[in-house]
Amino acid sequence: MATAAIQQGTKWWSGGRSPFNASYGKIMMWYFLMSDAFTFGAFLISYGTIRFSQNYWVDPNHVFNSFPFAGHTNLPLAFVSLMTFILIASSVTMVLAVHEGHKMNRLGVEKYMLWTILGGICFLSCQAWEWTHLLTGQHEVLVNGQIQYWNTTVAHNPFGPEVMFNGKEVATPGPIAFGSYFFEITGFHGFHVLSGVIINIIMYLKTRMKHFELRGHYEMIEKAGLYWHFVDLVWVFVFLCFYLI
Amino acid sequence: MSSSVTSPEITFHPEHSDNTKVIWRTFWILSILTIAELSIGIGIYTIHKGENPSETLVLAFKGMVCILTLAKAYYIVSVFMHLGDELRNMIMTIIVPLCLFVWFITAFLLDGNSWRNLRNKFNRTDVNKTEQVAPAVKEKGAKD
Repeated sequence: MATAAIQQGTKWWSGGRSPFNASYGKIMMWYFLMSDAFTFGAFLISYGTIRFSQNYWVDPNHVFNSFPFAGHTNLPLAFVSLMTFILIASSVTMVLAVHEGHKMNRLGVEKYMLWTILGGICFLSCQAWEWTHLLTGQHEVLVNGQIQYWNTTVAHNPFGPEVMFNGKEVATPGPIAFGSYFFEITGFHGFHVLSGVIINIIMYLKTRMKHFELRGHYEMIEKAGLYWHFVDLVWVFVFLCFYLI
Repeated sequence: MSSSVTSPEITFHPEHSDNTKVIWRTFWILSILTIAELSIGIGIYTIHKGENPSETLVLAFKGMVCILTLAKAYYIVSVFMHLGDELRNMIMTIIVPLCLFVWFITAFLLDGNSWRNLRNKFNRTDVNKTEQVAPAVKEKGAKD
């Protein structure tokens, strides 16, 4: 039956069946994700444009070098790699939930959905810590010949080029666009993670209430999974643009 | 035993393998790619800390990280999101519009670069001031 369908699928579509042999909901989820990819792409590209138009940009290893409970130890990239692995791991548990759904194993779906939700909450907590750290952490900046203490906000960037002052190296104010783009893009991504966690919680509850078992298929888990993997996919690019290069 | 959406409009069901080997293999591939990215990131950090940071080397490393990221994106989309299992026409309706990004990225980054060049060329007075009176006006130059 499957081979006959594929032969049919290569001819022009003339109605009466799904053009891509996929359900309406799944195709529309893909198109939504494509448009969302353009939104994120536009944000990241505008960030790139501003960055390319500056002579000086912030060194991410200098800004993101702290870890919770590690005090002032210099640990570049450590915390963000933890966040990346949390998100990859939760993507794996999501795909395992979809797999259990294909096998109609309700308890398996429930188990893996819970792990996925846990991963999402861990990621959000990490992001909350990182934002708090940036927004409250004070740094020495040389402003108009005086030392001031600045935190990183949408209006302040204490990570500018360093100059000699009273015999030691002190940072000057950096491009303010850094904070605006960082909080805008990671905030928009974090909002996607938050809505993904909420969607996953709803899916978990519906699984528990046997809605999908009665329906005969777990396709809703697949659609929620598409969204969740997309969030992971976007993080891969945010990670690249803000932390690595 | 596998289940699928039952609708007269859908005549093709992608094959779902019963074991999770592919999923775990992809997980390891993604982890290894991430670790490779992180080590390159640390490499860039050490170059920046060094005495004479080589701009070309840093640029080459950044290019490598971009390629690794695209590889990660490919694995996430084709295996985790199961796009590789869909019909070819559907894959194309997703992938072809995304090709706009090629123009999108090229045009805008070149635009940003041109802005920097124009500023550096026509704001020479600012640059000179920065060089002469050091810290106080340097801030102005860095901020705009």
